[in-house]
Amino acid sequence: MTETEILEKLEELREVRAPAGLRANTLLATGLADAYFPLETPLGRLYVAHNPRGLSAVLHARSPQDFERAFQAELGRLAVPQDPPPKLEATLREWLRGDHRHKLRFDLRGLGEFQQAVLFKALEIPYGQIRPYSWIAREIGRPKAVRAVGTALAHNPIPLFIPCHRVVRTDGHLGNYSLIGPEAKRTVLEAEGVAVDDLVRLADSGIRYFGSDTTHIFCFPTCRYNKTLTPRHKVQFTSEAAARAAGYRPCKICKPSCAESYADGDPRVTAS
Amino acid sequence: MSEVELEMALRADVKAAFPMLVETYQDALYRFGLRLTGNSHDAEEVAQDAFVRAFRWLLANSPPGEGQLKAWLYQVTLNVFRNRVRKPKLPTAALDAAELVRGDDGLEPATAAAAAETRAELAQVLSRLPLRYREAVVLRHVEDLTYPEMAAVLARPEGTVKSDVHRGLGLLRAALAETREEVLV
Repeated sequence: MTETEILEKLEELREVRAPAGLRANTLLATGLADAYFPLETPLGRLYVAHNPRGLSAVLHARSPQDFERAFQAELGRLAVPQDPPPKLEATLREWLRGDHRHKLRFDLRGLGEFQQAVLFKALEIPYGQIRPYSWIAREIGRPKAVRAVGTALAHNPIPLFIPCHRVVRTDGHLGNYSLIGPEAKRTVLEAEGVAVDDLVRLADSGIRYFGSDTTHIFCFPTCRYNKTLTPRHKVQFTSEAAARAAGYRPCKICKPSCAESYADGDPRVTAS
Repeated sequence: MSEVELEMALRADVKAAFPMLVETYQDALYRFGLRLTGNSHDAEEVAQDAFVRAFRWLLANSPPGEGQLKAWLYQVTLNVFRNRVRKPKLPTAALDAAELVRGDDGLEPATAAAAAETRAELAQVLSRLPLRYREAVVLRHVEDLTYPEMAAVLARPEGTVKSDVHRGLGLLRAALAETREEVLV
């Protein structure tokens, strides 16, 4: 080969393109992008994003491109498609079945302290049970911030796995749901075995709590303690005051007591 | 996006601009890595490491001076490559299958195959040149950098760089002649 030929051939060596994975892996390694994958759920196909800190977003989107746009708009980072890590995917499926033996981690950077407190409290609500907004407000020590609790849950970046769907209106009606819409909330709850229609009927008739006339303890209707009650011993209450007046104390598992009754000097507390 | 635009964007917001930097230079840095290492696996790692290092540096420091971004990225890539070579040997570059199968448009299949073979052979011989000459030849004749740019990347005087390129081409020709003979024997 002459030198000219060699130079020509060297120029041909320029015809190279970077492999598709290079950009994605670089963005993941620099933390500028989160990885994401589609996941089939009771609500159909959702997209799940994650990074080394944990899950960062769960969104409904019509296409991967739509998801990437929405993710970037909400979190300010890029999202690149990657195969799901098998362990993570398995744990997500377990959680959807109510099996929480493996931990999930959540990346809630960028959220305020209040919203984080609300979301972590929602995580404590067991699979297949529901609690009112006011319950969260009281449990995190902000009994008057019921509306703010609703807002914080409405902006839950990781719905389904941080179960904001298990938080409902204080009057027992389902209330809004950030993911897709209110009907989706019913779908998820029913998938968890919650008898939504019965609960709504109960709420309409003003029933808020069940109690046991043998233990004199009252609970939220979905508390697992209620499942052990036989109808003969089941009593219904329309308010906490009524339950307390009848000599019942709040359950220690579902903690149904409302904010004011915990306040010092509350007449109902001192009276009982 | 042009080098100048990128430099401006990086000065404004490194995190926002960096994905564009990756888009703009991924082909170049990957190719540079490929021609230095001779195989696509190492090339991808070299390019990715270079980008990650560049990102960390940019987060902590202001971007390189005006018009120097490209040369600086080559420099970072070269450093990553040199560090790998210095460490326990890079696995010997396996001939990339991709190189052999890719035909040239508009050529008869037989001719295209022969051209691809020559190209693969050249890539192979190139990746075995002594480092100093390999770097010089690749930067000049594959990456098409100017001598002043090369002097900045390699941190050597232009005259030295020129003579390295010249010497490298001579070595390349000799090595090619040798492999040809081996095939004939």
